[in-house]
Amino acid sequence: MIEQPFRLATGGLVDRAQAIDFVYNGTYYKGYQGDSLASALLANGERVLARSFKYHRPRGVFSAGPEEPSALLTVGWGTRREPNALATLQPLYDGLVASSQNCWPSPRFDLGAVNSWFAPLLSAGFYYKTFMWPGHSAWMRFEKIIRKAAGMGEASRAPDPDIYRKSHAFCDVLVVGAGPAGLMAAEAAADTGARVWLVDEQPRLGGQLNRETELIDGLDGHDWAARRVARLQKNDAVTVLANTTVFAAYDNMSFGLVERCGVLQHKPETRQRLWMLRASRVIYATGAIERPLLFADNDRPGVMQANAVRSYNNQYGVSCGHRTLLYTNNDSAYQTAVDLCSSGQAVVGVVDVRAQINPDLAQQMHELGVPVKLATAVQRAKGRQVVAGAELIALDGSGAAVSTVDCDCIAVSGGWSPNVQLHSMVAGMPGFDADLVAMLSRQLPAAYQSVGACSGSYCLQACLEQGALAGASAGDSLGFSGQAAAGFSGQPAAVPMAGKHTLSAVEAFWQPPSAKGKQFVDLQHDVCRSDIAQAHSEGFQSVEHLKRYTTLGMAGDQGRSSNLNALALMAEHRGVEISAVGSTSSRPPVSPVALGVFGGLERGQHFRPYRRSPMQAWHDARGAVLQEAGLWRRPQYYPIGGESLEEAYRREAAHVRQKVGIVDVSSLGKIQINGPDSAEFLHRVYVNNWLKLPVGKARYGVMLREDGMVLDDGTTSRWGEHDYLMTTTTANAGAVMLHLEHLLQVVWPDLRVRISSVTEQWAGMAVAGPNSRELLQACVTGLDLSNESFPFMAVAEAQIGEVPVRLLRISFSGELAYEVYAPANHGQSVWEAIMRAGEIHDIMPYGTEALGALRIEKGHVTGNELDGRTTLGDVGMAAMANQNKDFIGRMLMRREGLVATDRPVLSGFKSVDPSEPLQAGAILLRGAEAEVEAEKLGHISSVTFSPALGQHIALGFLQQARQRTGDRLYAVYPLRDHAVEVEVCEPCFLDPEGGRTRA
Amino acid sequence: MLSIDCPQCGPRDHTEFSYGGDARVQRPAADCDDPTVWHDYVYARENPRGVHHELWQHSQGCRSWLELQRHTVTHEITQVRLAVGGSVSGGSR
Repeated sequence: MIEQPFRLATGGLVDRAQAIDFVYNGTYYKGYQGDSLASALLANGERVLARSFKYHRPRGVFSAGPEEPSALLTVGWGTRREPNALATLQPLYDGLVASSQNCWPSPRFDLGAVNSWFAPLLSAGFYYKTFMWPGHSAWMRFEKIIRKAAGMGEASRAPDPDIYRKSHAFCDVLVVGAGPAGLMAAEAAADTGARVWLVDEQPRLGGQLNRETELIDGLDGHDWAARRVARLQKNDAVTVLANTTVFAAYDNMSFGLVERCGVLQHKPETRQRLWMLRASRVIYATGAIERPLLFADNDRPGVMQANAVRSYNNQYGVSCGHRTLLYTNNDSAYQTAVDLCSSGQAVVGVVDVRAQINPDLAQQMHELGVPVKLATAVQRAKGRQVVAGAELIALDGSGAAVSTVDCDCIAVSGGWSPNVQLHSMVAGMPGFDADLVAMLSRQLPAAYQSVGACSGSYCLQACLEQGALAGASAGDSLGFSGQAAAGFSGQPAAVPMAGKHTLSAVEAFWQPPSAKGKQFVDLQHDVCRSDIAQAHSEGFQSVEHLKRYTTLGMAGDQGRSSNLNALALMAEHRGVEISAVGSTSSRPPVSPVALGVFGGLERGQHFRPYRRSPMQAWHDARGAVLQEAGLWRRPQYYPIGGESLEEAYRREAAHVRQKVGIVDVSSLGKIQINGPDSAEFLHRVYVNNWLKLPVGKARYGVMLREDGMVLDDGTTSRWGEHDYLMTTTTANAGAVMLHLEHLLQVVWPDLRVRISSVTEQWAGMAVAGPNSRELLQACVTGLDLSNESFPFMAVAEAQIGEVPVRLLRISFSGELAYEVYAPANHGQSVWEAIMRAGEIHDIMPYGTEALGALRIEKGHVTGNELDGRTTLGDVGMAAMANQNKDFIGRMLMRREGLVATDRPVLSGFKSVDPSEPLQAGAILLRGAEAEVEAEKLGHISSVTFSPALGQHIALGFLQQARQRTGDRLYAVYPLRDHAVEVEVCEPCFLDPEGGRTRA
Repeated sequence: MLSIDCPQCGPRDHTEFSYGGDARVQRPAADCDDPTVWHDYVYARENPRGVHHELWQHSQGCRSWLELQRHTVTHEITQVRLAVGGSVSGGSR
């Protein structure tokens, strides 16, 4: 086999001295340094690279850039396989492994083509309609086959092993696109002294200059571009990124960039980097892409953009066919004919839909010996797998017979579409320009400029001039005026001289003659001309409906090459101008972005790092089973031997009631409150009275939201005249802090109060149980813990060993209990000191599960009850509120619906069979079979086994709970088909007088 | 991505901030007992197409509550100041 049979003997920007080996579908191939994967495959004569999304038709390379709709391959292997990589954008590297997708066993012989048999069923809207088929079961059978066959590449199902990174950056001027206009803009902006970023998505900067033959200042375009790039790269104030796509223009001039830094390796150090770039000015020089013209079977491999054929010829030295036919409605395609001829390629002719062309062009073609057929259209591409000819039809209305041309490549130009996706993210929908036959964005805000082809300028000289002007004015408008880095001119860049050749006389040509065979509008999503006709006839005529009904433009290429053709077809169906049809707006991302890059390094444990208690090492050493509580991981229980959760928490809870236990409460929110108005502040924040809390005392408080619902509860203690310590629940610590800061800064700025979060400064532990006093007295110095000297709700400073600690005699368990707060870095030593002192008292650590069992036995509420939907009355604390003062939530807690007597209120429940467990979330009903929605009386919120009662108990909310004490109801969980008979009781199951707490 | 020029910290991404709603609502006087006034304070909001005065807290920064003037169509932020009269209660400085 001849190596690279379609590689031209000379020419192109590839380095023929550096051959590169790569693998495609299991076979070794050779390409050159500077090739794209697409150019290397074309050089090797591989023309059928893929099968289409829906119909599994053979597809090949269509373009030479980011607009590629067809040549999507999987690059890499194993866990590093990247599906849907654009062969046109993927640079070739040694050892690259690529494979075709959506076909089996190969793109040439694909069994999935079964879908083309179903083609009549797969037209626009098929999915919606098939749901309404009378013979629904038949669809259910075929659906599986069709679904399996339709699709794109497959990702590896294993976790992505690659590293993605994120960076933030700032610049003065961002230039998007490094073609002639962008390069000039970057240089002119840099010469003013501004910090410039120049970004391009191709591996090789220069854009169209790498494909052009026009000279700039006497240099080849690519040579001129390379010199400009080299000069920019020497300037420290300029950042030049290739292989980088600006995929989003966000608000306030921030831009999302994805740099494919690992595109040249299978296993790179970094696969991709997300840049969040803030710019003060932006210059779009994003260029334009060539549109296709429609004809039957226009998706055959070998049908390509004329400019792409030119690119492969000029940039890569690759021939796209031995006999090329050009088909156009404008002048630019003639340049392809010229370049193909000058590299010795056979051009079998130019078919032009226009009746007249520039005589100079006609003369040029004549001299080259290229026949030109005017007022003629290509009606159909011939060939089963690849192009083998073209059927032509005269457009003069004569009904002249169809003629056939023998060719293996049809290079098509239907005019140019400026790339205005980024423009429209800030300026809204582009508008149709009838002269240019293109969508243009004309209303950019002042900080944005658009230059070159994306602004509709196709003349090289004009692109250079616009770029230079835009770059200089961007720098000037920011106040830079020639303070350029050393070695740079500081003078306005001289605009080089180039040709004034321009694209002219494009003639709209939307409705080709109909012929047998599909005419593809959207190649990537297999949307045909007939689908658009169907959408119109079924009433999906607005551009948004058209898009959704046919999925046109919804593929990875975002319809770059297809949208305008579709809009024009719809306009003709509707009998209106294209401008009346409108356009869809672009949203980020402009092209698909790997999700991994948004995650960056924040994955796995780094996505949600956890907060560690100061005693975490002790818990780990003790074999605690941890439970997530927000970002915290709290010991849930400390199993002994092979104990289960059930066994362990029952043992721990029972032990606390009988002897003494210790639990880590460091995760509680702690807020230090200082200042002369602290008492007044607390008085307004909590529903109860706070003006008279003496130093050395703690008080329980409940705070509401302004809408009258309970926000949080906790104890606040007074340590000095103007010194308070508030505790919040673990879950609400952040919300309460934000709430208090808002009140102090915005609502009551006159209050002389300062608050700070001290959650992480204090280690907290609760010592609970009948033996707790005796135990603590043995290790605490400087404080008499007797009931007389240190009664319930007293607080005081003391020492444990050398460590100053704060003691609070408060109880969540209902037992005699103390909370001990120590400076965080001494937390573990204090914990250990208590454990040592507790040995003779048989102290036992307990976790959150036992903590929960103890508080449910006492009817204390937590997040399960204070879920943001409950009022003070619902949780049985209405009497706590002092209605003679202002506090947050005072007025709206009295709203009609919130004081209604039929609201479910806090209640206790026992399972009638004591051994039967209850479930949180169960609905309370009169009978096990009752209708849930109509007859629900309330729900269960917290459940546990009570070691003290020897049975399963629960808290919940029940209508008229106090009148129902002793009633039998059912706690029903329909999703789990579970129903338990329960007896209604008071929410406090144990020691309602609180004698144990005050002992 | 909005850029908010915090008076304490300088320009920062809006991801460092928490939105706090309409800055123009005033909590009724402590002795106000008219439920409709309270209802309006909690629930009634303008939804302007244009300049909106709104609160943001620099929650991942200095914790200051800020008052912004933001255009709801263009997202242009024309003014940022500390939420109350230039003096921040409970602020970090």
